[in-house]
Amino acid sequence: MSIKYQRLIIIIFSLILIASAIFLILFNSKKNFVFFLTPTELINSDKILKEQIRIGGYIKTKSLIKQKNNNYYEFIVTDKENEIKVKYSGILPDLFREGQGVVIEGKIMGKNEFLASRIFTKHDENYMPASIKKQLKQKNYWNKEY
Amino acid sequence: MIKIFINPGKFINFANFVIKPLIFISIISFIIGLIFALYVSPDDYQQGSTVRIMYIHVPSAWLAMLTFLIMTIYSIIALAFKTPFGFIVNSAVAPIGATFTFICLFTGSLWGKPMWGTWWVWDARLTSVALLFVMYLIIIFLKKTTNNINLGEKITSIFIIICSINLPIIKFSVDWWNTLHQPASISKISSPSIDPSMMKPLFIMTIFFISIGLLIAIIRIKAEILERKKII
Repeated sequence: MSIKYQRLIIIIFSLILIASAIFLILFNSKKNFVFFLTPTELINSDKILKEQIRIGGYIKTKSLIKQKNNNYYEFIVTDKENEIKVKYSGILPDLFREGQGVVIEGKIMGKNEFLASRIFTKHDENYMPASIKKQLKQKNYWNKEY
Repeated sequence: MIKIFINPGKFINFANFVIKPLIFISIISFIIGLIFALYVSPDDYQQGSTVRIMYIHVPSAWLAMLTFLIMTIYSIIALAFKTPFGFIVNSAVAPIGATFTFICLFTGSLWGKPMWGTWWVWDARLTSVALLFVMYLIIIFLKKTTNNINLGEKITSIFIIICSINLPIIKFSVDWWNTLHQPASISKISSPSIDPSMMKPLFIMTIFFISIGLLIAIIRIKAEILERKKII
């Protein structure tokens, strides 16, 4: 085998070694890299009261309570297994509505209670023209709430 | 055939041959792509008109990663087979990749404010792309840190090869971790979840980004080759 291909093999082999080292680090510290916890993860975690964290999930339908005059909102965040009650006062993003995925930054205030300081809305990976949504709704194929 | 991509002399002949068609393709695809992206394509069912940012954001993100992949392949070839052409490509292409990454971050930030409610968060996808941008900047400047140009180029190539580990991390960050960024729409195992009427402008804009990136890259590589010939 010529020296050129020996060099090539050495480079690729060392790349594989470095890559596996980095992926080992990433996977073993996976817990520390999470952007948010789902309600189930929060209940099983060792987070303490008043700790500043982010939770994520869907807003349960028909759970949103508004007090329009002082921008106060109460709603329930769910991952279809566990639920957390969230209180928030402030301005909501455009996509905020029942059924939407959200990430909420704030404090744990008790068992299944959360005081939000900031709210981000997630949007899913589906892109669809608004006219098609109308057609689907007419034919009752639309199974989302928003 | 393969010598075009390794041999500088053959590459210059190839470059002179393809520059004009590339200019033509990029102008045509730019005009058609913009018409499709801004007028013909429909509004999204939940994002409204904001979805049009996607037609710039997504192609530039793809091109930023593709550029890095090309640099990695050329670095490996240059180090293993001692062909200086790989070093020429790296120094010519790195600023282009940095620009695409910047466009991706900038448009992503503009898109994030109305949809997510924030300009920037430190989730896995956004952080890894920001890291890619920093890596591009380091690559641009690393070569100039030593007086010995050959040594600087070798160090840069090694750095590129090591940093290429970031590419799969960017790609799969949305699957491995909880992120605010939504998961992949097109490279899913099931069928892509973008409506055909929105795929069309995305596809045309991707052709535009590839052709304009290739055009600038070829011109820069050609200039770099001529510059080095002058020194020798």
